[in-house]
Amino acid sequence: MSIEKKGFRHLREGSYPLTRVVGTSVSKVDGYALVTGAPMYADDIAARDFPQRLHGKILTSPIAHGIITAIDTSAAEALPGVHLVLTWKNTPRTFFTTAGQGWPEPSPYDNQMFTERVRFVGDRVAAVFADSSEVADEAVKLIKVTFKEEPAVLSAEDAIRAGAPVVHPESSKGAYDAAHNIAAHVDVNIGDVDKALAESEVSVSETFETHYVQHTPMETHTAFAYMDDMGKLVIVSSTQVPWHSRRIVSRVLGIPMSRLRVIKPRIGGGYGCKQEILIDDLVAYGVIKTGLPCEVELTRREEFVSSRTRHPMKVDMSIGSDAQGNFKALKMHVLSNTGAYGSHSLTVMSNTGSKTLPLYNKARDVRFFGDAVYTNLPVAGAYRGYGATQGYAALETTIDDLAAKLNMDPIELRKKNMIRVGEGSPIFEALGEGREGVAQTIKSSSLPELLDLGAEAIGWKEKRGKRVRVGHKVRGVGMSMHMQGSGIPLIDMASASIKLNEDGTYFLTMGATDIGTGSDTILSQMAAEVLGVTADKISALSSDTDLTPFDVGAYASSTTFVSGGAVIKAAKAVRNQIFAVAAEIFGEELDASLVSAEPKVEHDDSERDPILSFYYMEDGNVVSVRSGKKVSVSEVAYRAFYEVNQHQIAATQSFVSPHSPPPFAAHFVEIELDELTGKIKILKYVAAVDCGVSVNPDLVRGQILGALANGIGFALTEEYHFGSHGNMTNSSLFDYKILSRRDMPPTEVIVVDSYEPTGPLGVKSVAEININGPVPAIGNAIFDATGIRLHKSPYTPEKVLAALHGKSI
Amino acid sequence: MASEIRIVLNINGTEYHVTTQTNSTLAEVLREDLGLLGTKIGCNKGECGACTVIMNSRSVTSCLVLAVQADGATITTIEGLAKDGKPSPVEQAFIDEGAIQCGFCTPGMLMSTEALLASNPHPTEAEIKTALEGNLCRCTGYAKIVRAVQKASQHHG
Repeated sequence: MSIEKKGFRHLREGSYPLTRVVGTSVSKVDGYALVTGAPMYADDIAARDFPQRLHGKILTSPIAHGIITAIDTSAAEALPGVHLVLTWKNTPRTFFTTAGQGWPEPSPYDNQMFTERVRFVGDRVAAVFADSSEVADEAVKLIKVTFKEEPAVLSAEDAIRAGAPVVHPESSKGAYDAAHNIAAHVDVNIGDVDKALAESEVSVSETFETHYVQHTPMETHTAFAYMDDMGKLVIVSSTQVPWHSRRIVSRVLGIPMSRLRVIKPRIGGGYGCKQEILIDDLVAYGVIKTGLPCEVELTRREEFVSSRTRHPMKVDMSIGSDAQGNFKALKMHVLSNTGAYGSHSLTVMSNTGSKTLPLYNKARDVRFFGDAVYTNLPVAGAYRGYGATQGYAALETTIDDLAAKLNMDPIELRKKNMIRVGEGSPIFEALGEGREGVAQTIKSSSLPELLDLGAEAIGWKEKRGKRVRVGHKVRGVGMSMHMQGSGIPLIDMASASIKLNEDGTYFLTMGATDIGTGSDTILSQMAAEVLGVTADKISALSSDTDLTPFDVGAYASSTTFVSGGAVIKAAKAVRNQIFAVAAEIFGEELDASLVSAEPKVEHDDSERDPILSFYYMEDGNVVSVRSGKKVSVSEVAYRAFYEVNQHQIAATQSFVSPHSPPPFAAHFVEIELDELTGKIKILKYVAAVDCGVSVNPDLVRGQILGALANGIGFALTEEYHFGSHGNMTNSSLFDYKILSRRDMPPTEVIVVDSYEPTGPLGVKSVAEININGPVPAIGNAIFDATGIRLHKSPYTPEKVLAALHGKSI
Repeated sequence: MASEIRIVLNINGTEYHVTTQTNSTLAEVLREDLGLLGTKIGCNKGECGACTVIMNSRSVTSCLVLAVQADGATITTIEGLAKDGKPSPVEQAFIDEGAIQCGFCTPGMLMSTEALLASNPHPTEAEIKTALEGNLCRCTGYAKIVRAVQKASQHHG
């Protein structure tokens, strides 16, 4: 059977079942509202519904480390229009983690609403709620704080030096060894890696250092809260994790969950930084103390200085192989800088190994170990790629160094050692998200095709090693290879409910959190696929802790796979209930156990679903296989609601999977390096990607291109600059350079479908993986062009020039 | 503290008499005083372009324009593009090309596009890139946005 789908360059014909809605690029369900500027973001809704709300402003620490010895808020409180001033003295002292993760929380409880000990420039000292932002800003300036400054730790290396100042001398429950500034520690050992390295015929050891960067969502963290007419505290927040927010706020403020509701409106981008409870506690407490609606909107400067960043890491990578390039040993050591608080410190570091090393499963001896350490610098957290990005920077550049040593084509070296269908890796089982993992076997992979098609698209054979020179500019090509996951196996759980309406349309409610990715759209498509209707027959409502069922939220590349699984199961359960009523109408027998059977996600193609031997859905109708009779779903609904054997046709289903099938990617880049200026220009970037079945090819392309833009910024231009006391000196979008339209190089996206049998309708994930490529691929292209290996990102002209002139950087 | 001032703004064909603060920006007046919430504020410093509106036929970042400077001006905001529930050709092109992800930069991006096409109905790709340079987007990687602008320009006079 030939399958034609818009947007695909390469399809494996007949390798998976024919779908109608899944695989088409339907427009985003919120597209019209977004282009017409409908008021749908947190601040829009606050301004529309609560024009008289209080505005919160935050006083942050100007010093890197010290104790607040006195804090005088009287002048601020006396300012007309000020309703509330909060400090550590009049707020709950509960220790918690701001990381919005599952339970039990893997990050240390080292954070309080307000701190008596400030731990970085930007730490939260006080907050003011006032009638206007202007008054709140004025009041913040009137707060007098006296600090007793203490020595600060301003690098990860300093943090673990003997006698280093301790960042968390008080409580930090869950930290590995706070007395020595170690927030988290991992050591996973398979075989004897040092022996294997020593015995390897060829080995290389390199160190790669990545730097501080920020997500820079166009909408900064924004939240408001109010007391509804029934006395329930409602938080409307730009969050990726509404349920984690409710759980954490409930615990910190002592509010029962029955009195607390978190609503996620439209979100102006997250990329991980909104997987963090930074202001939800504050607006909620403002309402409790004042009784009035309260809003906090971080300024752009606060977003940089006080929210969350990517963990800077120093990764030591060693690879041992035989003379033919067969890997024998992989050893990765990480020193991760988590900043002043340990948010995601353990799990991000775990991912640095667990999402990278299994890609090369031929090595028998593997060790992954490292420490995430506290410093008096900005706080790191979840960021698209989640540690894998830093790991790949080291792994993929070291593999090219090995290829050079072996005098082998880097693609051939990778093909020799990469994981293939039917294979696993001991790392999957040994290393999970901060605890042991779950064994995985690869069931779908287009990696071989990705490598071939990507190489062809960049002109690998013709260009590699040629060092084509135009005046003082020299060209080079580089590549890198990646995997990620699809949710956290046996941890991430999602649920969804579907109700049938009388006209044959459906209402889908789910916890899945659309943060701009388009998950409301693709999950509607997946429901529509099962229910035999077009996507516009599904109306979706997501992410309201009172109105929709539970979901862990939008992170870990989980939504399409995990939330999609819940949607597919709910749709199948509803479909089976519809079949039961249709059987009554037709006067046909239908085994009740088929109707009530637990819907399956794995291997869910139609041939394996026994109920489909009796009935199937087609264009809003139920068709009987046995009799050929047909009835509209609307008729079924009217009968069930109003006429015979009356009942509601609806179902709620949950999904949690032991599988986290990796998507794969191969990235290729051609650069031109200016030897006079050190500037690197990308001539072409190619991303070849296998994300399973693409539910919506346009949205898949959008995820890939967006991740590339972010990753190229990470590789070339984005960087925190610090002053002498750990103060960020470039906290604006003018001084911190993300890619603009003009900076975006020509890109080619190649999607090679695979069918993932453990995923709903064959899907895997696509959100994170493509941010991992630019740093190693561009680094490898610089190496190809010059023979020089840069060991630190970003590849700024200064660094490139220094390296060209043999200076240390 | 600022004092109050009365200004007149012609926005999307309607005349508004607004009493606001002397230090209010046009973006604040649009959002807080007039409830025109389609104009977004991403940095409040003129660096991201999310608050772009058209003022007297030119695109401006409304967070850098003091409301008093706009007194008497003719302004088009994102709310002025769709007519009778129908998206404008530029808006429709953004929907059709899938040029939207989170959507927060979209109103500003659309206003820059409108201003470009009003002065240059058939821009080259390079002209589009230059015109949209001041509108940052963190989601899309820009490719689809350029294609949407090209598509919209085909429908333009």
